[in-house]
Amino acid sequence: MSHANNQAEKIKAISGVNPLKCMKCGKCSATCPAFNEMDIKPHQFVSYVQNGDIEALANSKSLWKCLSCFACVERCPRDVQPGRLIDAARQIVVRTKGQTGLAPEEIPELLDSEVPQQLLVSAFRRYRR
Amino acid sequence: MKYTYYPGCTLKTKATDLDAYARASAKALGFELEEVENWQCCGGVYPLGTDEIASKLSSVRALNEAKEKGQDLVTLCSACHHVIKRVNNDMKNNADIRTRANNYMQLEEAYAGETNVLHFLEVLRDKVGFDTLKEKVVNPLTGKKIGAYYGCLLLRPGKVLGFDNPENPTIIEDFIRAIGAEPVIYPYRNECCGGYISLREKEMAKNMCDKIKESAAGFGAEMLITACPLCMYNLNKSDEAALPVYYFTELLAEALGVKEEVV
Repeated sequence: MSHANNQAEKIKAISGVNPLKCMKCGKCSATCPAFNEMDIKPHQFVSYVQNGDIEALANSKSLWKCLSCFACVERCPRDVQPGRLIDAARQIVVRTKGQTGLAPEEIPELLDSEVPQQLLVSAFRRYRR
Repeated sequence: MKYTYYPGCTLKTKATDLDAYARASAKALGFELEEVENWQCCGGVYPLGTDEIASKLSSVRALNEAKEKGQDLVTLCSACHHVIKRVNNDMKNNADIRTRANNYMQLEEAYAGETNVLHFLEVLRDKVGFDTLKEKVVNPLTGKKIGAYYGCLLLRPGKVLGFDNPENPTIIEDFIRAIGAEPVIYPYRNECCGGYISLREKEMAKNMCDKIKESAAGFGAEMLITACPLCMYNLNKSDEAALPVYYFTELLAEALGVKEEVV
């Protein structure tokens, strides 16, 4: 199995999503509050995984724009759960040694006195392994 | 009635008021919140990966403690509620996660999702009852026009959280009526505030919160209420409309006449 196929299988396993269920209605992208910020849109994630184009996914800034608000998951008529697919692609990245969405030295300047702990723990879960 | 209570990290630090008003209100309403002993942070975000087990264990520990006491587990922070309810669903319905989590836990009796998880608002609706709450209100907030801000964590995915209709919720509006005020329904009430994105992408979160506040103010809200410290933080960064944001427990304590007891 090629590396790309292997990575695609890994994303399917981590997410538990079957991309073949998608009927390409685009409702996920229509409802996504981060749509304008994404280079690869939620409905396109499915095709990238189907085609095994994981490198493009891994380099997509969309991984760091998804809010995990589950609007796409709630509204998908086929229960594909695109949010889970995006999350699995993000995990492939942060589980790779040396790769992370947030470096420790970036953190101090991002803080203000009101930042709730909830924000910090959530961000750490999203950006780092 | 006694419940096991999971406060979570933020209610012990930046959102002590959310917690204190809830405890004072619970006392006034005649139910007891017994804090989980040595609870651990839920992690703030539900670990979506099917192979993420260790990060689900803090929830399982809290859930199991409630099970051992034979009590329902009550949460207040939207994030804790979201994470713990979803992990509980996994423990009940996902054999692989259940087996692997129990292999870590090494409990005398395996945990299999027996505990009933309730948000504080669900206790008000399903256990106390909004009619009873209304009768116990001594200081009704008559004439106040309040927008309920649900955000995402309480509602979605609706099938797992079972909190309310995720597209047209009513629980916070019913709460607002019970404390004597007038709910303002506006389209952005179940839109995301940006969540954790505000740590680094402040402009993105601010734009989202601007829309929420603009929407609420446009429909006549004078204030917003929330159950989530992160929503509160993000909404307060928006100066779009002069719309104050309160924790729902503060208004509850005020209506029950116990606000002054909280310092």
